[in-house]
Amino acid sequence: MWVYTAQRILYAVPIALGVTVVCFALVYLAPGDPVQMLLPPDASQADVEFLKKLYGFDQPIPIQYFKWLMRAATGDLGVSLQTSRPVFDEVSRALSNTIVISLGAVMLAFSLAFVLGTIAAYYAGQPADRIVTGISVIGVSVPNYWLGIVLIIVFAVELGVLPATGMGSKGSDNFSLASWEQVKYAILPTITLSMVPLGIIMRSTRAAVAEVLAHDFVQTLRAKGLSELAVLRHAVRNALPQVLAVMGLQFGYLVGGSILIETIFTWPGTGFLLSKAILTRDIPVLQGAILILALCFVATNLAVDLLQTAVDPRIKRA
Amino acid sequence: MTPKRPKLDTVPPGDPRDRGGKVQPMLIVNGLKKHFRIRGGFLNRKVLHVRAVDDVSFVVLKGETLGIVGESGCGKSTLARLLMHLIPRDSGELIFDGEGVGEGHGITLRELRRNMQMVFQDSYSSLNPRLPVQDSIAYGPSVHGKPRAEARQIARDLLAKVGLKPELFGSRYPHELSGGQKQRVNVARALALSPRMLILDEAVSALDKSIEAQVLNLLRYLKRHFNLTYVFISHDLNVVQYISDRVLVMYLGQVVEIGPVEEIYRRPKHPYTRALLASRLSMNPDERIDDPPLTGDPPNPINPPSGCRFRTRCPFAEDVCAAKEPALGTWSDRSTHLAACHMEDETSGHSRTGRALAECKPAFLAATAS
Amino acid sequence: MTDVTLGQNAPLVFDDDAPAIKVRGYWATVGNRLRYDYVSLFFAAVIILIVLAAIFAPLIAPFDPNKTSMAFRLKPIGFRSFLLGTDELGRDMLSRLIYGGRMSLLMGLVPVVIATALGGTLGVIAGFLGGPVNMLIMRTVDIFYAFPSVLLAVAISGTMGGGMSNGLLALTLVFIPPLCRIAETATTQVRNLDFVEAARASGAPTWSIIIHHVLGNVISPVFIYASSLISVSILLAAGLSFLGLGVEPPTPDWGLMLSTLRQAIYVQPYVCALPGLAIFITSLSFNLVSDGLRHAMDVRI
Repeated sequence: MWVYTAQRILYAVPIALGVTVVCFALVYLAPGDPVQMLLPPDASQADVEFLKKLYGFDQPIPIQYFKWLMRAATGDLGVSLQTSRPVFDEVSRALSNTIVISLGAVMLAFSLAFVLGTIAAYYAGQPADRIVTGISVIGVSVPNYWLGIVLIIVFAVELGVLPATGMGSKGSDNFSLASWEQVKYAILPTITLSMVPLGIIMRSTRAAVAEVLAHDFVQTLRAKGLSELAVLRHAVRNALPQVLAVMGLQFGYLVGGSILIETIFTWPGTGFLLSKAILTRDIPVLQGAILILALCFVATNLAVDLLQTAVDPRIKRA
Repeated sequence: MTPKRPKLDTVPPGDPRDRGGKVQPMLIVNGLKKHFRIRGGFLNRKVLHVRAVDDVSFVVLKGETLGIVGESGCGKSTLARLLMHLIPRDSGELIFDGEGVGEGHGITLRELRRNMQMVFQDSYSSLNPRLPVQDSIAYGPSVHGKPRAEARQIARDLLAKVGLKPELFGSRYPHELSGGQKQRVNVARALALSPRMLILDEAVSALDKSIEAQVLNLLRYLKRHFNLTYVFISHDLNVVQYISDRVLVMYLGQVVEIGPVEEIYRRPKHPYTRALLASRLSMNPDERIDDPPLTGDPPNPINPPSGCRFRTRCPFAEDVCAAKEPALGTWSDRSTHLAACHMEDETSGHSRTGRALAECKPAFLAATAS
Repeated sequence: MTDVTLGQNAPLVFDDDAPAIKVRGYWATVGNRLRYDYVSLFFAAVIILIVLAAIFAPLIAPFDPNKTSMAFRLKPIGFRSFLLGTDELGRDMLSRLIYGGRMSLLMGLVPVVIATALGGTLGVIAGFLGGPVNMLIMRTVDIFYAFPSVLLAVAISGTMGGGMSNGLLALTLVFIPPLCRIAETATTQVRNLDFVEAARASGAPTWSIIIHHVLGNVISPVFIYASSLISVSILLAAGLSFLGLGVEPPTPDWGLMLSTLRQAIYVQPYVCALPGLAIFITSLSFNLVSDGLRHAMDVRI
């Protein structure tokens, strides 16, 4: 078991390294001189030369990569061109905000989707199943940025009960679950974010539970005289690991892919940071944010993988 | 002046493809070895060897049916694929009709394919689910240069020969056929290249008994009609007895016994063969077996026991069995009956040498009392 | 030793009963199943409508989509001859929506098609050759898999400065890894099946085996997966445009329209929601049709 854990962790390392290579290469994709990318437009020539030497732009690319990687490993991801604050600080602060709504979205989606998916699997083929499947297809097809706008229109514009944008009445940066004043800002983004996971988790649940219900041992349970509810409980317990894995993956996906929602709701998370960076061509922030988000995704996948193996020993990928 | 060698892709009567003559064995297998490397241990670092086929030697005579029996994991299927050159061998030689195969030898691999074909076990994947069966059969000839129409006609003729009306079954898909019908298609596909030898790997194992009987009779008919040689691999002793002329018994990658079918079934020499035969259930309810003749699972082919591999399950095992590996002996003709057992070898030092084991009856334990 | 005669008298030919089912080709079976799938048929019709509208946009659109009018800004639905209202620059929404369909369909279909061709080929090569080639290709694919697709698309097109061609490139790169993986898995599975071994045993060259036996069985899962990616591509492409990473204004594009109209939701909420509705309907239609296609093509009796 621990051998397997070590193997999976070791396996994730080259992937993470590959990710860093891709992130590093992104800067070179951008049109224009990479050095100019890292400096505000009004920098003096001396600054340019200094930066060139510091980042080693006059040296071959592998050395540049290595230097960049070493710096990144110590937390130095450069400085934002806009705010002149260290990229790492900006991103980590934004990350906590993103995690708030992502976690909320996944938990909301899971609680609904799991119940509905199980119902759909139990009543497979009947109207209840088709309705639930329909909902899940809609959840996956709806452009969540549009849904966000619609929700804003409904709740903020027409009904005026929830705030449209931002994270706090005074544009605050910190978030606490304690006060309703703050929480109500998070409601709409969370609901919007939960749409796609809702669809996906519903589909996975339905598939997993339906598969378990088709197993012979379910017949055995019924033959023993167990009530339908008890049988369903057994089936659900067997399907749970698979669904939890999907849920974990969705969480990772949301953290990395929340840019659209956060832009709409002006929620100061990593996604919003990214879109600002794109607008202002703030390359250090862009690069740093992408790197951290991608690495988070790798870490989440790894965690889900290990947890799944711990719960279900049958799953052991070569 | 060397006479012109006949081409191997046509079969006029009298079989001029026969190059070696009547006495030349169709196939000579010499010291065949195949070890699979697997990784184990921490970080998949240690390399272990699964000794699937370990120093196997035998001969297949022209026109005979050689049955190969053994339990699961004894290496039968690997052996089949080695004979067919589907997987590369580690060492040993395979001589077909007196000639080696490959570059620098008598016949090329491609020519071998026209002479030796394989019938697979009927599984859902033995036929391409996307092709009508006549196209599956016609694929082989078309690959060897026959135009489409001619290949298709060959396929349809073969379908008729195996008992499936081509008008009815030609354009059907595999999922529209029953198990027995699919197996007939498999046989037809193997015959499409007009081979001289067929290897049948568990060809009837997945079929119901009545269908199995029909397919076996079909195989016997085709053998006469096409002048074929069969190597019939199976774990079903009754089937092998029905169809074989000679039988070869495998255990854990090695040949333990070989001989004519009546000899093997009536007077088996190797304890393993005896145990196998004794575990067959009799139709007579009075002959019940109370104790199983053979218990336990075969040992791990990665680390087989030293000396004789069967000694861990053999009731006659002695020290010499752990020390020295028994040799099969030299084979001379089709009536030779050999067993790789120290009890057969007078010079081995085993206490029971020279004493023939009693005739085989279901009550195995009674025989050992002698 | 055996007491049972093993059917020496069993007849040799016994299969002259009429077939129980009418012999039908594979595609005919698929078509037959689809014929009764009303949901898929309905939404397939919707797709055809959208495609036709996009192709014949100049003939259908009532107004010039780029004609601005300061007087008629942000008019509601049904205002005079503007069937669906106007946007923040006075342009007719209906016309812009119809023209916008062109962009969305283009950005939705082209990346998937190219990614299927490239990723599928890569996957088949990796699956069939195995060994180090497989490792190299699949590990590289794994690295790209380590990015959430939205992030990767935004990263690539964002650093390259946006624009339509960069967007297409970014989306294609996002879709190549999953298609490559599907193709590789399918090829590896098929490669080990008995009929492929039988084909090898008949002495066929490798390329012939791939074309005749492997491809036919691999295309189906790849095709089904690709068709489900179309709706994702439409969503992602519109999302990129929403962020300003797609086409340049004033080109009509649903995602872009959604973004520019966002400021106006307090004034004309329903008009502002229309582009999103268009995206939703298109994406939904492709999703449902691809689902229906998957059920119909799953011929495993």
